[in-house]
Amino acid sequence: MSRRNRPPVALLILALLGLALFAVPLVALLIRTPWGQLPALLRSDIVADALRLSAVASVSATLIAAVVGVPLAWLLARVEFPGRALVRGLVLLPLVLPPVVGGAVLLFALGRRGVVGQALEQATGLVLPFSTWGVIVAVTFVSMPFLVVTVEGALRNLDARFEGAAATLGASRWTVLRRVTFPMIWPSVAAGLVLTWARALGEFGATITFAGNIQGRTQTLPLAVFVALESNRDAAVALSLIMVAVSLTVLVVLRERWWKAL
Amino acid sequence: MLRSVLAGVFAAVVVGGCAPAGGSRILVSAAASLTDVFGAMEVAFEEAHPGSDVVLNLAGSSMLREQILEGAPVDVYASANRENMTQVAAADRVDGEPALFARNRLQIAVPSGNPAGITGLDDFARDELLLGLCAPDVPCGAFAEKALANAGVTPAVDTYEPNVRALLTKVETGDLDAAIVYATDVLSAGGKVDGIDLPESVRAETDYWIAVIADAPDRDGARRFVDFVLSDAGREILTSYGFETP
Amino acid sequence: MSGLDAQMVVRRNGFVLDVALEIEPGRTVALLGPNGSGKSTVVAALAGLLPVDEGSIVLDGAVLDDPTGRVFVPPEDRRIGVVFQDYLLFPHLSVIENVAFGLRSRGVGRSEATDTAAGWLERLGIAELVERRPGDLSGGQAQRVALARALITDPKMLLLDEPLAALDATTRVELRRILADHLAAFAGPRLFITHDPTEAFLLADEIHIIEHGRVTQVGSADDIRLRPRTPYIADLGGSNLFSGDAARGVVDVGGHALHIADTHISGSVLATIHAHAISLHQHRPEGSPRNTWETTVTRVEHFGDRVRVQTGAPLPITAEVTPGAVADLELREGSAVWVSIKATEIGVEAG
Repeated sequence: MSRRNRPPVALLILALLGLALFAVPLVALLIRTPWGQLPALLRSDIVADALRLSAVASVSATLIAAVVGVPLAWLLARVEFPGRALVRGLVLLPLVLPPVVGGAVLLFALGRRGVVGQALEQATGLVLPFSTWGVIVAVTFVSMPFLVVTVEGALRNLDARFEGAAATLGASRWTVLRRVTFPMIWPSVAAGLVLTWARALGEFGATITFAGNIQGRTQTLPLAVFVALESNRDAAVALSLIMVAVSLTVLVVLRERWWKAL
Repeated sequence: MLRSVLAGVFAAVVVGGCAPAGGSRILVSAAASLTDVFGAMEVAFEEAHPGSDVVLNLAGSSMLREQILEGAPVDVYASANRENMTQVAAADRVDGEPALFARNRLQIAVPSGNPAGITGLDDFARDELLLGLCAPDVPCGAFAEKALANAGVTPAVDTYEPNVRALLTKVETGDLDAAIVYATDVLSAGGKVDGIDLPESVRAETDYWIAVIADAPDRDGARRFVDFVLSDAGREILTSYGFETP
Repeated sequence: MSGLDAQMVVRRNGFVLDVALEIEPGRTVALLGPNGSGKSTVVAALAGLLPVDEGSIVLDGAVLDDPTGRVFVPPEDRRIGVVFQDYLLFPHLSVIENVAFGLRSRGVGRSEATDTAAGWLERLGIAELVERRPGDLSGGQAQRVALARALITDPKMLLLDEPLAALDATTRVELRRILADHLAAFAGPRLFITHDPTEAFLLADEIHIIEHGRVTQVGSADDIRLRPRTPYIADLGGSNLFSGDAARGVVDVGGHALHIADTHISGSVLATIHAHAISLHQHRPEGSPRNTWETTVTRVEHFGDRVRVQTGAPLPITAEVTPGAVADLELREGSAVWVSIKATEIGVEAG
């Protein structure tokens, strides 16, 4: 490194301080890990079930967010309608609301006696609380705002004249969306999807409040960690280690491939 | 090293509120099932001891136990069973002897009006019902499992809630058809849940233990609070919330 | 009529655009005006990106926009080729994909569209850019790609929005020539938007001056230069423009030698002399600047506090002087006068 490129010392110190906040807990986790028992712990039913449920819930939430969140972001960014600011606030609510409260309001709305839940049960027989569907709903509720916020920002920053140019070249509105708008905001969409997935993987409060906690059906990794923390510390540490390993792998490996925008 | 860091963070976050000028601040880690009664206890104690400020740290007994074992600067620990207290004492984290201060018994809680028509523990084997217990690692869960075992019932559980309050809430909202909670919790829910007594044969009771924690930041205050809980005034409050006193 | 017949009234945030344009096929009209005069609004209205509030747009006999008749043809169905300011090439597509975009959007298969696009790149002399991304192109290359992208869809009209503004001076001269060729080759009406009078004079058959949302003058380059109707146009037209051949510090303009400061430039050039920079004298001036000749006044026009004086052979030129100078020099049509211009006041660029 040449002298010119050396970063200012003060900045470096602050940056390292910030890094320490993330690095020290990880090191502590590694120190606490019962490496000898790890293989046995990881083979247990609880871990396998939690891992499977977390994968199902986080990937489902990400897919749902992609299907309904991107159009929602488009609506907020591109369509002027009265009360748009209010709607945007509503979408951001899960970011502010404590997840436990989020779970509680979901229960009020979609629980068996909830406004919508009651009708849902009568119409389809589906009861969301205490089911894997409930986990997916809770996790999507908490994580989707990350996608909406990222994509809305990207749509706002996108120079709308490109879309106009595409239209003058004969592209229908749908073609413009598919071939111009979407490819141009793709880096942000990808970043938003990854953030959404990461948040979904770590979701705890809304899940346990809305969907309950039962192994194999609603007990995701964070719930399993929470329960294990009170009884079997080693299992809790092993589960946490899995979460860290899975998320770090995804975040690091995928970054180079398709979400450099973040 | 790590423990002291954790304890320091805990102290800053939980205790960091406003301290009464020159008074004593007593941090009481109490089981979640004591939420209401210790709220009343706090008010009565602070009236009897002006200048004292009781801060309640409410969670599942085992979570509280872990915090104390990690070195959290807690003054008083009130556990909803004996086992957690024993573990804390075994780690030399208790100052003096733990004291038994209350008993609680289990009841089946059902939404008001009992829409699913629950009659007893046998219903906990019915797969079509939505049934909840406390997680086996918290006292209310451990006792419930014991009661079900005594009754010879293998339960079809739909959720193991992290603490009794979370469990009760789901009965209140009608999302669970039945749950096994403390009688005191049923009482505290007012009219929103109905309680069904367990038969004498399986009737499970739980003991509440209280102790001053070793190295309590406010040892005298802690001792005064424990004495207050064990006093006639304290017993009266406990009784009014549905607890039985020894 | 065939060609373009547009009466456009657009109201937005207090701004009112009220412009009528008629362009016959094969004719180039320049819309010349300052920033904020409404040029971009005209582009948007014609392209269909902004509906007009009143009036109508008719192209090649088809009504594209008519609020009273409740007709609005969306941009994708208008068949107007647009070269946008900054070109707006799609950054995520390669050059060939950009050029093929219009055909693909209209349902042409990938291989056919790519072949046709390659042909257009060839015609514009940029065949080697096929796989490049727009971000890696120079301004001149990007302009040609944008032109190919607009022309490939066989539009009924060509609309160019400041096509040369993003280029540096050297590239601009070259691209202006290429643009002139392609404009000439395009059969439909052509409208090109600019704020640079030189471009308008060189490329357009007819110039429309737009100020504050209204057309203030329509005419040929000479009409604009010699008979300006507003102070803005007078300023615009203030430049005398000559083409000639440069060698060793002299530009030969139709047999008349203009001495210039740049001794290195050679070959075909454009020389511009602003009217302010031309001095008029009653007698041969002292100190004799290199460019001095005697001539007669052919026309004197007053515009408020300035006067435009047009002179005759050997090099017809327009000077701008104060009313006081006109009186002192006793200038009127037919009177004799000496013209002098400093070599440093003559702008020269390759042309």
